[in-house]
Amino acid sequence: MTLLGARMLSKDFGGLHAVRNVDIDVPEGQIRALIGPNGAGKTTLIGLICGRLAPTSGTVRFADQDISHLPAHRRIRLGIAYTFQITSIFDRLTLHENVALAVRRLGGDPATEVPAALDRVGLLQHQRRLAGDLSYGHQRLLEIAMGLAQKPRLLILDEPTQGLSDSEIDAFKALIRDLKSETTILLIEHNMSVVMETADIITVLNFGEVLAEGTPSAIRANPDVQAAYLGTG
Amino acid sequence: MEFGPYLMLASLEGAVTAAVLALTAVGLSLVFGVMRVVNVAHGEFFMLGAVLAWWIATTMGGHPAAGFAAALIVAPILVGVIAAAADMTILKRVDYDPERTIVVTIGLLYIIQQLTLMTYGPEARPVEPPFNTRLALPWIEWGENGLGLYWPWGLSTTTYKLAVIGAAAVVLIGVWLLMTRTRIGLVMRATQLDREMAQAFGIPVERIYALVFGLGAALAALGAVLIVPIQQAHYLMGGDPLLLSFIVVIIGGLGSLPGTVVAAILIGMSDGIISVFFTPTLAKILATLLVALVLVFRPQGLFGARPA
Amino acid sequence: MTETQKSLALHFGLLALLFALQFILPAYHHGNLSRIMVLATYAIGYNLLFGYTGLLSLGHAMFFAAGMYGMGLMIRHLGFTPAPALLIGVLAGLALSAAVGALALRTTGVAFMIVTLMFAQAGYLIILYFGEWTRGDEGFVIQQVQRSLWGIDLSDPTARYFAAWMLFSACLALSLWLIRHPFGRTLIAIRENESRAQMLGYDVFRHKLGAVVLSGTISAAAGAAYALLFGYAGASFATVQYSILPLLWVLLGGAGTLIGPFLGTLFTFYLIDIASAFTTAYMLVVGIVLVALTLFARQGIGGEIRARLWNWLP
Repeated sequence: MTLLGARMLSKDFGGLHAVRNVDIDVPEGQIRALIGPNGAGKTTLIGLICGRLAPTSGTVRFADQDISHLPAHRRIRLGIAYTFQITSIFDRLTLHENVALAVRRLGGDPATEVPAALDRVGLLQHQRRLAGDLSYGHQRLLEIAMGLAQKPRLLILDEPTQGLSDSEIDAFKALIRDLKSETTILLIEHNMSVVMETADIITVLNFGEVLAEGTPSAIRANPDVQAAYLGTG
Repeated sequence: MEFGPYLMLASLEGAVTAAVLALTAVGLSLVFGVMRVVNVAHGEFFMLGAVLAWWIATTMGGHPAAGFAAALIVAPILVGVIAAAADMTILKRVDYDPERTIVVTIGLLYIIQQLTLMTYGPEARPVEPPFNTRLALPWIEWGENGLGLYWPWGLSTTTYKLAVIGAAAVVLIGVWLLMTRTRIGLVMRATQLDREMAQAFGIPVERIYALVFGLGAALAALGAVLIVPIQQAHYLMGGDPLLLSFIVVIIGGLGSLPGTVVAAILIGMSDGIISVFFTPTLAKILATLLVALVLVFRPQGLFGARPA
Repeated sequence: MTETQKSLALHFGLLALLFALQFILPAYHHGNLSRIMVLATYAIGYNLLFGYTGLLSLGHAMFFAAGMYGMGLMIRHLGFTPAPALLIGVLAGLALSAAVGALALRTTGVAFMIVTLMFAQAGYLIILYFGEWTRGDEGFVIQQVQRSLWGIDLSDPTARYFAAWMLFSACLALSLWLIRHPFGRTLIAIRENESRAQMLGYDVFRHKLGAVVLSGTISAAAGAAYALLFGYAGASFATVQYSILPLLWVLLGGAGTLIGPFLGTLFTFYLIDIASAFTTAYMLVVGIVLVALTLFARQGIGGEIRARLWNWLP
């Protein structure tokens, strides 16, 4: 079943076509990676899907419902969780309260669910610290914990491994594989080892358009993708 | 007086208000445009201009024209220096953060106003105009011999009031030339567009900010010196110009100089004309509500272009 | 003690202290403290919006005045007794804050400050415009016979102190409860990072509107109580100055702390009281304190206590 479907999605900034006529379908339970060179429109596309940006044209469907005209918070309430590309947490609140805000919105019990979510990303021992005191990599993990705590049907991760150490990246890969049974994941990622090892299907964006779509091995072999990344004809 | 002549009188009075308002509001708009901060103490710089004008004119003695001429030059410069000093000692230290700047300029407002009360006192004091010839004005009417001119009683203005309008126009053109035709204006506009970039290109942004803040205050002071022979200098006189300048700057489009001038003329003129039909209080109520609604529904101002 | 217990002990300790002080204080300070508690209630209302939601209003005097005139006009012109008049004052604040909030919250930052300032200015002018009923700047006195609530004469200093204490206690307890409640936690989250709160699925606009209404209603309750307890309503309470004062109280006492509004009001009241013994230009103190706070002590008294002594201070 298709969980997320976008049709002819476009976004112009002035004269710039940041995203142009993108169709994308993500079936339930899939791990989908979204890759492309810098400025390819990945974050803009995600912004259109979760309602942070209004599209110039096109529609978005989620769980058999047209969500094109819903404000961002209503889309989140339908079961989309979003982690920011540029870390966006509550710096002056504790880790516990950061995650508790996610838990409470769903009517959950922070006392049990917050430690569970923090444990999955390995931050349980820091739960009384202020989020702003964490290292950058740990703040990324906190974002993921906030995403997990929302028990989303679709988890959108925008460059989650940026700033993580190698061992943290390995732990992250394991976490993603582990989540496969629980949720659908849309992953924007620059680290190719993460993409190749975790994604079921990869969508490649270039200049705001879908350049290619396929399994990791198919994408790796695709000459267009190689050209786009390496800049050779 | 009949309605026609009365309306003409109201328009003339309105033009004087508009002239002074345009000077004051352009000062506020300049500061907002270049520095992106709202100066709540702007009205107090206006008041300071009027009070200093009285002080200078009284100290000088002699012919009223001499005292007034001195005030016209010295008072705006003094006020500009005070404002620039406030910028360098206070605004710079809150890093021009928009909200903290508002709070700190509210503090400045009380400090200036209350220090004036302590030194100048609570009295309202007049300054003698340098020249003040009454000019009776004619009105056209159908009479027994067809179209004819007559001089209705009370329909008059003074040479001084006309001079205020002229002086304001000259200064506004000067400001416009300064901003568009000179190097310093170019530097100011560059700073307005992108503070970091300007800094990277070696523009001394801090000095430009102090200059702009001083210039903005000096324009308000100049407006006050011009009006003080018509009104009187009083330590609480800054409230109305502040409110009206806010209204003008917001309706004209924040930071747009031509928009500000157009709005000042509109508001200043209508202030005179509306008070023919409504009480001044009702006119003010409508104006403040209009400003609030413009900010809510059309933040680029009534004359500004909608940003892309 | 847990942090919760410490916090409860501190705030209820303050209430107990204030209750006990009425038996000790000389008449002058006794009267002052009654006033301070009502004004601190106004500051509590302001702090909910400014300190906990992060929205800086420059127009709260309109809510204070809505309570004051909503109550006062009912007594003066319609012969209401204090209880229903108070209720109408509070409801007037509620309705006004809902309407103003719905409009002003379409803007943010500096525009929000100016929109609230303009609405408050219009409110002040409206009071002047209807001078026939409001008696404008001069204001009107509410007679002693009209100030008897359930048989208690509120012009009597003891009754007045107790009533002020009740109002202050109720609002302090309400805010203590609120910031532990999910709604209050969400307001803090919006203050800290609005777009994050939105992307967690919170309806930011509705929460902010709730904060404006709660804040405006508490401010109106303080305004209504002020007029009733001290027997006077006047347009000066609707001027910009009465929008700036709660900002000053909260900044001085510590924005986003529960005890801050009281501390700030107390200090400002006595600062002005002392300054006015020396000069008519006593508002100079307000200006200097505002500038000094913004430059040197952004967290205010409560914030400094939290940073240096008690990190659990809510």
